[in-house]
Amino acid sequence: MSEAISVLAGANTEGFCRVSELGLHGMITVRGDLSNADLAKALCAVAGVDALPEVRKMVGGLEGGIAWMSPDELMVFVPYAQVVDKVDELNSTLAGSHFLAVNVSDARAVFGIDGAGAREVIAKVAPVDMSPEAFTTGDLRRTRIAQVAAAFWMAGDDSFRLICFRSVGDYAFKLLSVSAAKGGEVGYF
Amino acid sequence: MSTRLSKAGRLVDTSKSVAFTFNGKKMQGHAGDTLASALLANDQMMVGRSFKYHRPRGIVASGAEEPNALVNLGSGNTFEPNQRTTTTELFDGLSATSQNHWPSLDFDIGAVNGLFANYLTAGFYYKMFIHPRPLWKYVYEPFIRQSAGLGKAPKDTDGDRYEHFYAYVDVAVIGGGVAGLQAALAAGEAGAKVLLMEQTAHFGGRAPVDGGTIDGIEAETWIAGALARLDEMPNVTVRRRMMGAGVYDHGYLLGYERVKDHAPELDAPRHRLWRIRAKQIVTATGAIERPISFAGNDIPGVMLASAVRDYAVNYGVAVGQKTVVVTNNDDGYRTALKLKELGVDVPAVIDAREDGAGALADAARKAGIRVEPGKAIAKVKGGKRVEGVELCRMQGNGGAVIETIKCDAVAMSGGWSPVVHLWSHCGGKLVWDEVESHFKPDPDRAPTNQEGKPFVITAGSASGPLGLGEVLSDADAAGKKAAEAAGFSAASTPAPVGDARDEKPMQPVWMMPSDAVYNLRMKMWLDYQNDVKVSDVQLAAREGYESVEHTKRYTTLGMATDQGKLSNINGLAILADTLGAEIPQVGTTTFRPPYTPISMGSIGGEARGEIFQPIRHTPIQQWHIDNGAYMEPVGHWRRPYTFPRGSETHEQAVNREITNTRTNVGLLDASTLGKIIVKGPDAAKFLDLMYTNMMSTLKPGKCRYGLMCNENGFLMDDGVVARLDEETFLVHTTSGGAAHTHAHMEEWLQTEWWDMKVYTADVTEQYAQIAVVGPKARKVLEKLGGMDVSKDALKFMEWTQGKLGGFDARIFRISFSGELSYEIAVPASQGRAFWDALMEAGEEHGVMPYGTECLHVMRAEKGFIMIGDETDGTVIPQDLGLNWAISKKKEDFIGKRGQQRTFLASEDRWRLVGLETVDGSVLPDGAYAVVHGHNENGQRTMIGRVTSTYYSPTLGRGIAMGLVKHGPERMGELVEFAKTDGSTVMAKIVDPVWYDKEGEKQNV
Repeated sequence: MSEAISVLAGANTEGFCRVSELGLHGMITVRGDLSNADLAKALCAVAGVDALPEVRKMVGGLEGGIAWMSPDELMVFVPYAQVVDKVDELNSTLAGSHFLAVNVSDARAVFGIDGAGAREVIAKVAPVDMSPEAFTTGDLRRTRIAQVAAAFWMAGDDSFRLICFRSVGDYAFKLLSVSAAKGGEVGYF
Repeated sequence: MSTRLSKAGRLVDTSKSVAFTFNGKKMQGHAGDTLASALLANDQMMVGRSFKYHRPRGIVASGAEEPNALVNLGSGNTFEPNQRTTTTELFDGLSATSQNHWPSLDFDIGAVNGLFANYLTAGFYYKMFIHPRPLWKYVYEPFIRQSAGLGKAPKDTDGDRYEHFYAYVDVAVIGGGVAGLQAALAAGEAGAKVLLMEQTAHFGGRAPVDGGTIDGIEAETWIAGALARLDEMPNVTVRRRMMGAGVYDHGYLLGYERVKDHAPELDAPRHRLWRIRAKQIVTATGAIERPISFAGNDIPGVMLASAVRDYAVNYGVAVGQKTVVVTNNDDGYRTALKLKELGVDVPAVIDAREDGAGALADAARKAGIRVEPGKAIAKVKGGKRVEGVELCRMQGNGGAVIETIKCDAVAMSGGWSPVVHLWSHCGGKLVWDEVESHFKPDPDRAPTNQEGKPFVITAGSASGPLGLGEVLSDADAAGKKAAEAAGFSAASTPAPVGDARDEKPMQPVWMMPSDAVYNLRMKMWLDYQNDVKVSDVQLAAREGYESVEHTKRYTTLGMATDQGKLSNINGLAILADTLGAEIPQVGTTTFRPPYTPISMGSIGGEARGEIFQPIRHTPIQQWHIDNGAYMEPVGHWRRPYTFPRGSETHEQAVNREITNTRTNVGLLDASTLGKIIVKGPDAAKFLDLMYTNMMSTLKPGKCRYGLMCNENGFLMDDGVVARLDEETFLVHTTSGGAAHTHAHMEEWLQTEWWDMKVYTADVTEQYAQIAVVGPKARKVLEKLGGMDVSKDALKFMEWTQGKLGGFDARIFRISFSGELSYEIAVPASQGRAFWDALMEAGEEHGVMPYGTECLHVMRAEKGFIMIGDETDGTVIPQDLGLNWAISKKKEDFIGKRGQQRTFLASEDRWRLVGLETVDGSVLPDGAYAVVHGHNENGQRTMIGRVTSTYYSPTLGRGIAMGLVKHGPERMGELVEFAKTDGSTVMAKIVDPVWYDKEGEKQNV
């Protein structure tokens, strides 16, 4: 098998902050009753985290984490090479219960927005209060950036991670890059 | 003439000169000038011509309310028409040209219209251009289009970038005058998150020009202190060059920030549109001075008194050497006093009030200024520039001229109107103030938010008060009230104390003199830009226009780009007077956003050029581009239509692709097909309801074609369903229908069948899917190796998965072409490598990629329908002969009941047949089958239409499908199809399956 290639093969731009495509990451869309303890336990084991995220939160990170997506949907992050096994693991652990776990790793593009002003880049394209009082590390939104669906979370100071559909990865990259272009600093936050 | 004064203006830096051009003429201004002040400093009073009569037009105002001084700005990719000189900050290299003149500003042929002004009265166009009707299209409309519009439309693509910005605040304060500053301070001190925006580059509004003290210090000093205090508050943001453009429901506010209009050399977005959610909005938008309607009030050199003062104080420009002030209130005297102080001659202050002004009049007299109470201007003398005014008594018809006073500028003050636009945008109501004769916000009828509570508060003179003291206390209260409404508790600190107002009441003057004769009234301009005069509004009233909204549209009063900021109140006062009604009864026209025009670029934001809209790419997209594919839009995807080689036409390329696929093997990038996982104990039951046919009987490992209808019974989508295991199905949808189908499923699951145990997920983009099609398809897959794809191992309508040539593959043996065909899904990240591997493995078998047109022709040769061609939202499966795919055993499915309605169950519906032209030609797409007679609309009677039509290289003739009344019962009959050139073509009704009726080729 030839090497798997992410949508933009790690492209990046430097504006007043850095926009980079972060390659392939294992992602599992999980739908189910999020109050079910067995489901929570299995998911935490797969992702290597202690608890499921609260509403509009992210726990862990790209190499092992869970993002809240909706009242009955989560996104589980695992290393790309392990994703097929992890889906199998979930399916066998939870066999007999009603849930859905499906590998969507290749259906997504993953971006990093890093550097001073990263909040502003997102605030230009997403209808979200990105002020430091309202949005802190671990906060997540499943929303839109300009004209496409996206989810993003704050991974640390001046550091955000964003996922969107693979087919619009090129659009998202150009959108984020122009929003981060030098001279466009807003100086609001 | 207008000139620079010896005393420098407070906003200009006389040490820095700035070069610019006006109509090609080189001029110099200073850093800090507006284009208007720089033009005036160069004695360029006349800056354009009016819309209808091409009258000379000069600068009237000093701010956003300017109706006249609009110019074409820039050139090439920075060209923009209708730019207000009064709000354009001067920069080095600025180039402006005047508008609506031909051949030149000084000599204009259109001005001849002015000679016929007696005929070009209100409603002239409506009355003149309606008869005779035939002249409209060829004579009137071209003529009106020729003369319509002020500026020129840009020809080049805008060279700048733009962006949006989302902000969330407790209190947004619009306007950075002393009221806005104090409101922001009060709200900020309460702890609220505050955003203060000021449309100009400077804070303080009118106060530094008008003078006065706040808390015992000069207004200008207080302003600097207030800004410093705001700067220290971490919860307050202050933005200049940002206009509050519109107030909308739910506390939504648009802020229009002009980031680099003043400095085009910056590498920055030109405009930034702020999309703000505010818990409370404070509008500290100030007030606008009203002109006075006297004859010749549009002659260049007649200006608002406050503007004359602004140019003198802010920019060090005297708009005239001799300036007559005409006023109906005390404020006008401030202009006279300021000019006198700066050494400009003021021949007289003409005060319409019999008993004149108070303390300010005394000061004027003390300064040696002649004051004429109870007097009026009968007429301004001059053409392209004021030469003098004729003085008469205010009470009278203007016939008895007392004296002609020589002057070259007239400063007029008709009183002040609060800027109520932003208050009104979202439903704030107004009350009439008898004392100041203006409409002001009614705080008891504020715009309300989602909770039914007020969310807009006015501050300062936007509330009504005009004195510095009242303005500050009102603004302080507004800021505190806003903070409290946003959930904070405001401190009980006292409001700053400003000077009390010591003025005599103003006297409304809607026409000057009081009983002016007709020939004076038809020279009294209300709307400068659109040439609407007192006589026009009076005529409209006499002709029966009682509603102010109707009068506005009939006369065009207030319909120009300035939206009547100066003309509205004067116009409706004239209307009220003519109708014998009170002004409040006549009311105002509607205030709509934006406050002043905002750029189209800012509305579009970043959505231009490459990112105008998202274009979806498959993992194989780059190969298509590199190999010369001609693309067509399919939803937001761009799919290869065909892959032309060398000098091939598209038609030749498509024919080659079809022939090659039917004889060798072709590859299609089918990644765009929708793929939805449906899983759960109730998944089979759910799909039985979603599809017209039975899905619950499908065995794991098998595929079935299915039809999906909406609840009205109309065909919505189709595709192949594969059962992955007992509980899991993979549903394929059309390329354009994936998101819609997924949403359709979720809607039913979430709103109707919430008790069903089913989960869905859209996995469209998880896979690259490639169709390997043609008699040699199996050989190509066998060359890759790793999976048994033999006839018996993988039968038609089965699927399997494994490692194919090292790729993680799921193979569906399905066919949309009638050929031996495999659709193979691999993870998207392996998609490009898999395509390359197939091309390589297929080389010895003559593999070629094919595009969507080849796909279309091949499916039409097989009589397969295409969603969007054979269907258009009004077609049911039964129309298409798909009764076999409609289960009769199922109790219910979405659309079943709809299809039972009489007109859908009728035998008279147009139904699908094949159409074979007698002469072998290709039928025009969409052509109608016609018979003798006409329908109730006078059209030829129609009995059918073409839905798909192609040239089939396989059959060597045109083939088509169409819907024809009683079609399937009329096999072999001839039908006549109308062409757009008026001729017709005969076609025989045949079976829609043209190729391999028995289906042997796909079953090998």
